[in-house]
Amino acid sequence: MVAVDSQGPQDSAVRMFRRERSIPLRGSAAALCNNLSVLQLPSRNLTHFGVVHGPSAQLVSAAPEGVPLAQRQLHAKEGAGVSPPLITQVHWCVLPFRVLLVLTSHRGIQMYESDGSVMVYWHALDSGDASPVQAVFARGIAASGHFICVGTWSGRILVFDIPAKGPNIVLSEELAGHQTPVTDIATEPAQGQDCVADMVTADDSGLLCVWRSGPEFKLLTRIPGFGVPCPSVQLWHGTVAAGYGDGQVRLYEAGTGTLHVQISAHARAICALDLASEAGKLLSAAEDTFVHIWKLSRSPESGYTEVEHCHGECVPDTQVCGARFCDPSGSSFAVTGYDLAEILRFSSV
Amino acid sequence: MSVRTLPLLFLNLGGEMLYILDQRLRAQNIPGDKARKVLHDIISTMFNRKFMEELFKPQDLYSKKALRTVYDRLAHASIMRLNQASMDKLYDLMTMAFKHQVLLCPRPKDVLLVTFNHLDAIKGFIQDSPAILHQVEEIFRQLTEVKCFFLLCLWQTYGGLSAGEFQLIRQTLLTFFQDLHIRVSLFLKDKVQNSNGRFVLPVSGPVPWGTEVPGLIRMFDSKGKEVKKVEFKHGGNYVTAPKEGSFELYGDRVLKLGTNMYSMNRPVETHMSGASKNLAPRTQENIAPNPLAKEELNFLARLMGGMEIKKPSGPEPGFRLNLFTTDEEEEQAALTRPEELSYEVINIQATQDQQRNEELARIMGELEVTDQPRQSASKGDDLLAMMDGL
Repeated sequence: MVAVDSQGPQDSAVRMFRRERSIPLRGSAAALCNNLSVLQLPSRNLTHFGVVHGPSAQLVSAAPEGVPLAQRQLHAKEGAGVSPPLITQVHWCVLPFRVLLVLTSHRGIQMYESDGSVMVYWHALDSGDASPVQAVFARGIAASGHFICVGTWSGRILVFDIPAKGPNIVLSEELAGHQTPVTDIATEPAQGQDCVADMVTADDSGLLCVWRSGPEFKLLTRIPGFGVPCPSVQLWHGTVAAGYGDGQVRLYEAGTGTLHVQISAHARAICALDLASEAGKLLSAAEDTFVHIWKLSRSPESGYTEVEHCHGECVPDTQVCGARFCDPSGSSFAVTGYDLAEILRFSSV
Repeated sequence: MSVRTLPLLFLNLGGEMLYILDQRLRAQNIPGDKARKVLHDIISTMFNRKFMEELFKPQDLYSKKALRTVYDRLAHASIMRLNQASMDKLYDLMTMAFKHQVLLCPRPKDVLLVTFNHLDAIKGFIQDSPAILHQVEEIFRQLTEVKCFFLLCLWQTYGGLSAGEFQLIRQTLLTFFQDLHIRVSLFLKDKVQNSNGRFVLPVSGPVPWGTEVPGLIRMFDSKGKEVKKVEFKHGGNYVTAPKEGSFELYGDRVLKLGTNMYSMNRPVETHMSGASKNLAPRTQENIAPNPLAKEELNFLARLMGGMEIKKPSGPEPGFRLNLFTTDEEEEQAALTRPEELSYEVINIQATQDQQRNEELARIMGELEVTDQPRQSASKGDDLLAMMDGL
C-alpha cells in the first residue's frame, strides 16, 4: 500500500524551520564527511562548534542567538612525512567525568581538553604495513563509557582508556572487524540489559559492525554493505541508522542486523547523520544540498522501527559536509558546506 | 589524502587548457597549420611516455603554484608564447572549469568519465587536420602507441578502485580547489556560476547511476517482507538515470562534463573575484616552509625531466598568444591582479638562493636528473610484460 505523506498544520510532527544568524569561520569547511561537531552546554548557555578546514580545524563558541564568543584554531601535529598533514575529523567526546576534544589526521590522533586549550594525548599512526598507494589516516571518533574509540585506514578500531582526569590515556585494545578504512563510529549508553549492542562502526565498503563495549569489546553482528561506502552512522535504542554513498538511509535492528527501513533519502552521497535521542529525531545531510529530518518510533503492535519524514531543507548551491542538531529536542540544527566559511543555523518556528 | 589523484588532475586540466588554447588560436586568427602544430606539440609532450611514468607514480598532490609551473612549461612546448598575465588567466580558467566538473560529478567515479571526455576531445584535435594528413598519421600512430600506454596506466591505476577510494580521490581534488572562486564570464552567462563565484548545484535532472530517485520510505518485517510504503516530498525534481556512461576505450560517456564548452567560439573572460577575507588563511598555507618547497622542486624536476620539449626545427617563427581581446587589456590585467591570486611562478633570475638556483637549473633540463624510483622494480616489469602481451 502506498500512502502519500500528508503535510499540514494538523500534523504535529511537521515543523517549519527558518534560517538563523550564521556563525562566521576563519577558514572554509573541507569536503569531508561528518565535518561538524557540536557540544551543547545548556548550563553555561553556550554551544561549541568544531569544523575541519584542511590542515587546521576551527573551534567556535557561540551564545544561543549565534553570537560568536570565542575562537580557536588547532593544527594537525606534523610527525614524519612531507606534505602538511590534513585533519580528517574533529569531535567532542562526552565521557562520565570529563569531555575531551579529539582530532584525527593523516598522522595520528590528538586529544585535547574540551576547549582545545591543552593537548593531553598524542598517538602516532603506525603505517608499517600500508602499501605505497594506500592513504594512511585516522577517522571515526566516538565515546563509549570511559573509552574513546577511533577508526583507522586499515579498518582497525583503536580503543583508548580515558582516566577521570589527567593525561594518563592508554591504548587498551585494537578491534578487528573491518578490512577497509573506517568512516564513522556511533555509540549509545547501554540500555541496561546484557548482550546489548552499544556501538556501531562503519567503513568505506558499507560494512557495519555492531559491538558491545566493555573491558573487552565484543563483536556482535556484521551487517554487510552493497558496494557503496557508509560515511555516517547513528545508534538509537538498539536501531542502527546508516547513511550511504548512494543517498540511501537504512535502519537495522542492531542485535540481529535485520533491515527494517529503507529510505531513498537523497540524490547524492550522504555526508552526515545526527540524532536528537530524546526526541527520536534523525537528521540526514547530503551532497545534494538537502538536509532532512526524520521521526523514528517503534510501532506498539509490531515492535518494528518506523520512520516519518518531518522536514526537508535545501541549502542552495552548497555541497553540505556536516550537520548536527543543536539542542536535545531536535528543534534546531547547524550545517557546514564545502568552501563555505560559515556555519549555517536553522531553528524551528 | 589519495596518492592516486595527480594523473586525473593533470590530464583534465591539460584537456581544458587545450580547449581554451584552441579557441583563442581561432579567435586570434592564427594560421591553421601553426595552430595545429601548437596543439600537436602540446599533446605529444603531455603523452610523452617518460612523463606519463612519472605522473602515475603514487604521490601526494602538490600546491597550485607547483602545478602551474608544469603547465607553463607545457604551454611553451611549441612555437607559441604567452605573457604572464595570459598564462595566469589560462590557469584560472582551467582550474575553475575542472573544479566545476569535479563538483558536479554525480558519482565520485564519474571523474573517470570526465577524463574520457577530455581524452576523446584530444583525439579529435589530432584527427581534424586533412591538410597535413601524413604528419597527422605519423603523430597519430605515435600517439596511439603512447595513448595505449597511457590508457593502460589509467586502467591499471583506476580500473579496480572501489567507490570509497574514488570518494577519497574526489575529496583530494576538492581540497586542491578549495577557496577558488574566480568568476568566469562564460559560467556566469550560462548560469553555471553565481555572481559570488560559487557554482550552481542543480537539484533537478537525472540521479546518479545506481541511486534511486529520492522520495520513498519502505518498511520491512523481520522476515524481509515489505509491510509499508510511504512517499515523502524530497524537494528536488529528480528523474531516473537513463543509462550508465561507458568506461570503455570508445563509448557514449553520457555525461557532458569535460566536453568542450568553448566550441561555440565564445570569448573566455575571467573576472578577478576581488580581495575577500576568506582568501587570507588560504594564502598563508600556500607560503610553504622551506622543506616543502624543496620537495616540490624535486617533484617538478622529476616530472619535467620526463617532458621532452622539442626544440623548434628549422626557421619556424614563433608567435605570442593573448588570452585577452587586446594587448592593453592584457597589460591592465597584469597590473590589477589581486595579490592573493598571484601564482609567483618560479623565476630562475629572481631567486637568490644558491641551492634553489641549482635545483632550478636541473629542472630546466640542463643536467641529468637522477631519478629515485618509488615503485619497486617488479611493478615496472609487470607493466612491460603486459605491454608485450598486447
